[in-house]
Amino acid sequence: MKVKMLSRNPDNYVRETKLDLQRVPRNYDPTLHPFEVPREYVRALNATKLERVFAKPFLASLDGHRDGVNCLAKHPKSLATVLSGACDGEVRIWNLTKRKCIRTIQAHEGFVRGICTRFCGTSFFTVGDDKTVKQWKMDGPGYGEEEEPLHTILGKTVYTGIDHHWKEAVFATCGQQVDIWDEQRTSPICSMTWGFDSISSVKFNPIETFLLGSCASDRNIVLYDMRQATPLKKVILDMRTNTICWNPMEAFIFTAANEDYNLYTFDMRALDTPVMVHMDHVSAVLDVDYSPTGKEFVSASFDKSIRIFPVDKSRSREVYHTKRMQHVICVKWTSDSKYIMCGSDEMNIRLWKANASEKLGVLTSREKAAKDYNQKLKEKFQHHPHIKRIARHRHLPKSIYSQIQEQCIMKEARRRKEVNRLKHSKPGSVSIVSEKKKHIVAVVK
Amino acid sequence: MSAAGVAESLLALSQQEELEDLPKDYPLSPSEDEGDIDGERKHQKLLEAISSLDGKNRWKLAERSEASLKVSEFNVTSEGSGEKLVLSDLLGPVKTSSSLAAVKKQLNRVKSKKTVELPLNKEEVERIHREVAFNKTSQALSKWDPIVVKNRQAEQLVFPLKKEQSAFAPIEHVLSSWKARTPLEQEVFNLLHKNKQPVTDPLLTPVEKASLKAMSLEEAKMRRAELQRARALQSYYEARARREKKIKSKKYRKVLKKGKAKKALKEFEKLQKENPTAALEELEKIEKARMMERMSLKHQNSGKWAKSKAIMAKYDLEARQAMQEQLARNKELTQKLQAASESEEEEGDVEEEGELLVPDAVNEIQMDADGPNPWMLRNHSSGTKEAKIQDPEQLPEPVAHETPESEEEERPGAEEEILLNEFKERRSLRKKAKLNQDTKPVSGQEPKDSSSQEVLSELRALSQKLNKENQSGKQKVSSARTVRAVQREDPTEEEEEPLLLQRPERAQTVEDLEELGKEGCFQNKEVPRSVLEGQQLERNPNNHPGAPKEKKKKEQMIDLQNLLTTKSPSVKSLAVPMTIEELEDEEERDQKRMIKEAFAGDDVIRDFLKEKREAVEASKPKDVDLTLPGWGEWGGVGLKPSAKKRRRFLIKTPEGPPRKDKNLPNVIINEKRNVHAAAHQVRVLPYPFTHHQQFERTIQTPIGSTWNTQRAFQKLTTPKVVTKPGHIIKPIKAEDVGYRSSSRSDLSVVQRNPKQLTVRHKKQLKKNSVD
Repeated sequence: MKVKMLSRNPDNYVRETKLDLQRVPRNYDPTLHPFEVPREYVRALNATKLERVFAKPFLASLDGHRDGVNCLAKHPKSLATVLSGACDGEVRIWNLTKRKCIRTIQAHEGFVRGICTRFCGTSFFTVGDDKTVKQWKMDGPGYGEEEEPLHTILGKTVYTGIDHHWKEAVFATCGQQVDIWDEQRTSPICSMTWGFDSISSVKFNPIETFLLGSCASDRNIVLYDMRQATPLKKVILDMRTNTICWNPMEAFIFTAANEDYNLYTFDMRALDTPVMVHMDHVSAVLDVDYSPTGKEFVSASFDKSIRIFPVDKSRSREVYHTKRMQHVICVKWTSDSKYIMCGSDEMNIRLWKANASEKLGVLTSREKAAKDYNQKLKEKFQHHPHIKRIARHRHLPKSIYSQIQEQCIMKEARRRKEVNRLKHSKPGSVSIVSEKKKHIVAVVK
Repeated sequence: MSAAGVAESLLALSQQEELEDLPKDYPLSPSEDEGDIDGERKHQKLLEAISSLDGKNRWKLAERSEASLKVSEFNVTSEGSGEKLVLSDLLGPVKTSSSLAAVKKQLNRVKSKKTVELPLNKEEVERIHREVAFNKTSQALSKWDPIVVKNRQAEQLVFPLKKEQSAFAPIEHVLSSWKARTPLEQEVFNLLHKNKQPVTDPLLTPVEKASLKAMSLEEAKMRRAELQRARALQSYYEARARREKKIKSKKYRKVLKKGKAKKALKEFEKLQKENPTAALEELEKIEKARMMERMSLKHQNSGKWAKSKAIMAKYDLEARQAMQEQLARNKELTQKLQAASESEEEEGDVEEEGELLVPDAVNEIQMDADGPNPWMLRNHSSGTKEAKIQDPEQLPEPVAHETPESEEEERPGAEEEILLNEFKERRSLRKKAKLNQDTKPVSGQEPKDSSSQEVLSELRALSQKLNKENQSGKQKVSSARTVRAVQREDPTEEEEEPLLLQRPERAQTVEDLEELGKEGCFQNKEVPRSVLEGQQLERNPNNHPGAPKEKKKKEQMIDLQNLLTTKSPSVKSLAVPMTIEELEDEEERDQKRMIKEAFAGDDVIRDFLKEKREAVEASKPKDVDLTLPGWGEWGGVGLKPSAKKRRRFLIKTPEGPPRKDKNLPNVIINEKRNVHAAAHQVRVLPYPFTHHQQFERTIQTPIGSTWNTQRAFQKLTTPKVVTKPGHIIKPIKAEDVGYRSSSRSDLSVVQRNPKQLTVRHKKQLKKNSVD
């Protein structure tokens, strides 16, 4: 007699080792899963909540400076090394993994105005209020040696900023004019001016390395071409731009940190309209730095906070602040795009995570999958009001919060006035100026 | 021209020349220069005068740097130096001598030349420079556009962009930086050295190295895979051949042989086409083989096998067959070869094609399946009707039917307003249904005509056509007759007819129609026909023998069914003779009726009231009945819980607040919106989506692994930006994306002074800027 039996192959459900995952056979027929959307919604909600719960961005504070930190520089080859210059002329080199200062140099008298590293990472340059440009070795002096700069250039005027070329032994300083120096010479190989005002910052384009951008205190941003030794174009904004930063992935995009609380992202080929106006700060923006992925940038402001903006959004996705952090003067995004450093008035350098809730360290593949899934869920349901509300919620210090309210009222009043003016004037006589165009005074060829 | 003018032009010429000689100099007019020199001289004199005052340097002779006005015995006087030199003075001597013709010419040319424009001022030149430089730079930057766009739209970006290739570090490199320190290590090294093992020397011989370089890992893998495949194929073929060799089935062999023969024939044909000479040779070969075959008598049933078979054939069917086959083969071989003609086959094909073509024609006919229906032909245009009249006995041509059908459908559209379009569609639907009914008595095989009208498949059309052909004869005659009658008697009715036809049906909604039984439907549809029937009665009494009775019945039915349709079509149909005024009246009335008809089906107010009542009912909170039959008393089929119990367990919900639209008779305010659910619903369509359906679809497709396969899950959850921890992400480089980076250094250009532009270049620049 033949007996029919139900039989299963153990291979289909038995684990090979204890560490294996249990095999769970699934039927993916959508009719069997009627509550897909609600379940995913709940998951997304939980993911969003967890993200907020785990959002602890502050990592460390590096203290040691005896005056406000005025400038920061990344090491081009080592992620763990950071250089900082203070208002008392002191330069410190930090090790981020140990969170310790590994070297201190009294570089200048007065402020250290600018600091930059050479592309190879063997030396760095500083400029200070004492009208000097100094080149230092990255490694400390040997035993018995004195701490001395490799080269010192005495200038005629104060230099307010410095930046090094990304490939060649050339650097640029700014002050009364933009000077381009060969490392081997004591006089600039080329100096470019346009108008007479003190230039506060100069930056080399990291992709098309012959391009420079500078911003001066007469409210303008000037672009230069090093190869042709001429300025290219100038755009005059409403208020003074403190610094600019080039996008490291998009050759023609740069962002300017302005005194009027906004940041402007420009396409350098069309300066008459910024690509995006980023607003959220409630005080002058002092520094800006791009993430090495070119997708986001971080800005430091006088309002004692730093904000992270996506490049294509006008509002920030994140705001960092602590009780003790004062006016943030400089900010840098580390080269692995994971951390942010900011130097502030109260002599500290702070280290933050770029993604507030990111788990540090090595992730297992399951953790990684869960992280990706949660991220996608958050993206998918980001427009749902509950999730949106939770995701957007940030704590702000009272001062910033009240200032934001105030700004809102002012903005609304201005808008109302504009509308009223438009309403009560002859049609066509008053035109509405878009937010993007509003802040551009002129473009000078 | 005055002499002064000439002098000016000369001056200008000289200036130009100077500029051309010293292109790097910026506009410095010579006059200014002179002035400077004059001033200097005066200054010098003054200094001398002052120095001479103190008397010490009195003996010092005044140094002369320029011809002075003072007369000196050694020097030429420079009398008249204050006067200006005029060209005419120079020309004086030229006039006399003819040998200076060349000079004269030159001078004349100078005269004719205009003065050169002043060079641009510095700012303007700089501006032009800037503009040109900016244009150049922005052009250079434009090469990044595609990359930027690509990166922005990329599904996933992995940083660092440039993959670091793990360097193949040979052991000796590693070893060179490492030294044996511990005693154990040293001991080991000693041992190794004793054995003369290559430790620090290259472990690989040059040949090995070369071979390593020659073939990369991928290449090697590929090659290995190829070899494997070849081997596998070979073994497979071998196995197959062995297997096939083993097959004992005779049938298989037979089939194989036949197949081979066929293949050979095919090949031969192919060869014939491609290479006739080779084919000829082949043919010869075949012929030879055939001859050999014929000679061999192998197939003549004289062989051993054949003889044995012949004995067996008596009892064995198979053997007999084999014999027969051999005989056939023999016959085939011994016969002379003949080329088979293909003409027969072709003819067959043509016939088949003809048959295949038929369905299309049938289809066309079926498209106007109402052709034989006399009732549908009433609205035909006179032209087609005349054609019909001319040969009423003939079978209807498909084309003739097609036009009236389309016209009939179009006409109401042209006459009525767009608002009625929907209405019209419904009507046409029903008309078809009615047609179906009409044709029923004549041809019983077409009951599903109406449905097939809409989704007409070819096959069905064919069958219908076949059915129809049987009965078409009689039908066509009668239809033609009716057409003629209609046309003669009542030309105005052509337009009204469709409206009249539809009206009774209009009173019903589509749902009503569905609910109605076939009979009712039939009767209703017959009603409008009565208009015609009244007229046709005299002529074709035999056509519809039961018509008058039917008509009266139908009228009654209408009254009973729908009181709204007050005007019965029969009234009109009875008043056949009409004056023109009446006709006009009729038209107006028609218009009204038409509008009425258009909205007759939907009694808006009643519908609305009904809807509101339903909404109110639905929104009322319902009582909760918690009665459980059988608890505390007898249970069973048919037993109901007592009223007392029911009362006890009935929870009455309190009446909610009054509806907002309680006192608004014309409004329904939906209070159904769930506040709790609304908190989780998206109110505004988010930005990148253009339609709410798009958004809903993205929400409804799950991405979790619970509902997706592992692969799909991974694909759906790929992060947009991936960065490696601890890796420095460098700015994008031209080499990374395949662009050639500029070979010359940025610095080299700066070191050359770029401001040394020629005057010509400047001019060009200016021209460009003006343009």
